[in-house]
Amino acid sequence: MTTPTASAALSLSQVRRVYPGGRLALADISLRIAAGEFVSLLGPSGCGKSTVLRLLSGLDIPTSGTISRELSDDAVPGYVFQDAALMPWASVRRNVELPLMLRGEPAATMRERVDAALRAVGLGDSAEAVPRELSGGMRMRASLARALVTSPQLWLLDEPFGALDEITRFALNQTLLSLCQPTGDGKPATAVFVTHSVYEAVFLSQRVLVMARPGRIVDEVAIAVPYPRDAGFRTTPHFAALCAQVSQALQRASAMGANA
Amino acid sequence: MTRGDALARAGVPTLSVLLFLAAWEIAVRALRIPAWLLPAPSLIATTLADNFASLAASWWFTVRITLIALALAMGGGVLIAALFALSRNAERALAPFAVVLQVTPIVSIAPLIMILTDSPLATVIVCAWLVAFFPILANTLTGLRSVDTNLRDLFTLQRATRWQTLRHLLVPAALPSFMTGLRIAGGLALIGEVGGEFAAGAAGRDTGLASRILESAFRTEIPKMFAALTLVALTGVALYLLTGALSRLTLQRWHESERH
Repeated sequence: MTTPTASAALSLSQVRRVYPGGRLALADISLRIAAGEFVSLLGPSGCGKSTVLRLLSGLDIPTSGTISRELSDDAVPGYVFQDAALMPWASVRRNVELPLMLRGEPAATMRERVDAALRAVGLGDSAEAVPRELSGGMRMRASLARALVTSPQLWLLDEPFGALDEITRFALNQTLLSLCQPTGDGKPATAVFVTHSVYEAVFLSQRVLVMARPGRIVDEVAIAVPYPRDAGFRTTPHFAALCAQVSQALQRASAMGANA
Repeated sequence: MTRGDALARAGVPTLSVLLFLAAWEIAVRALRIPAWLLPAPSLIATTLADNFASLAASWWFTVRITLIALALAMGGGVLIAALFALSRNAERALAPFAVVLQVTPIVSIAPLIMILTDSPLATVIVCAWLVAFFPILANTLTGLRSVDTNLRDLFTLQRATRWQTLRHLLVPAALPSFMTGLRIAGGLALIGEVGGEFAAGAAGRDTGLASRILESAFRTEIPKMFAALTLVALTGVALYLLTGALSRLTLQRWHESERH
């Protein structure tokens, strides 16, 4: 497992974000994420989790503080939104190929890469469907494929499975791990995952950062379990103990927010 | 959709119209209503047939002007909507004029336009354009403003050019609203054309159906007036069906408004 102190792929140093109107979204937070590490941000609503993702992606800029991303210049993060954010007028194939099309990728290689991405998320047979014809879980799979198709070094995931039922969510957690932490000789990608779910955070990540209002990181729990992780991990006493530990941290964080 | 549904969809409205015409015919004959007060449908039909050549020329004039005005309204409405979508200040500066033109009854502006343009033809086109333009502007603007913010962010992240964003995101996203605007504008362009003709008082060779209605009224050729009126109404229905078909054709696979 990569330790947080190894060369950081991402770091936020004393980052503050105040929105126009004066709302404090992030209060001077610092954090380091190593290359290939899977980190979850867990916390109550409005604690600034999504703001961290937007800052890391470059969609938003901090009011003060510095952000560094050790990624090649042309690297675009694979961003997965809370809803699938697919173009309703376009087929799954055209949705997934969008990032490649915008970069002017030749049609032949584009088709190949889209097919591979669709197979990886289990949508090989639905390439020609339009989003309306898909279930919520399948739409989210298409959204994952759209991020995967560019082989991102960095995944930014903003509570992508929050609206799905538990069975679909478990299946997609497994799919996501297979994409970010591939077995064999695939290089792991760095991932920052925002969630409300303790179980999801523990199952997926190497580190869970617990946030509280307004915009602070108040706790950190390491999940020292090697990948690959399968469904069996969810039923181990170790998993239950980790979930209990993270739940307590989250409760403390929520109480802090309530007093703030 | 079953065959019974299809039959009901086409058959029920046809039947209700036929029943209405039959009731009208019977009422006129039974109550001996004179033709100068209310001609029977059969008399209107024979008058239409007898005067077909001259009425067809007027019909073509009306249709041509309506379509020209509608095309100009589409172009102008979409361009100005795009300008408003790009710049709030442009909207703030120009919106009052658009609203004033929209809320002022067209028959009250028409004489002014007649004086300014000194051309009956130009007056009719401007009148039809004025009433058709606003619904296209308002609806297209709503469409452009309601683009999924996550999709916007995705295009930003992928460093899409302005042209790419316009072509692949804004145009398809605004299409359903534009179609709604077009369906309203089609009927309004015809109303504007008729209003413009009334106000411009065009006489002579180049005249449309509205001038024929006025002319017949002056000469108390009431069946002929009804024949011209029938053509206006049928043209309105045709425009409505045409714009509806266009909307279904472009949206039916993906948009909720065209699901049946």
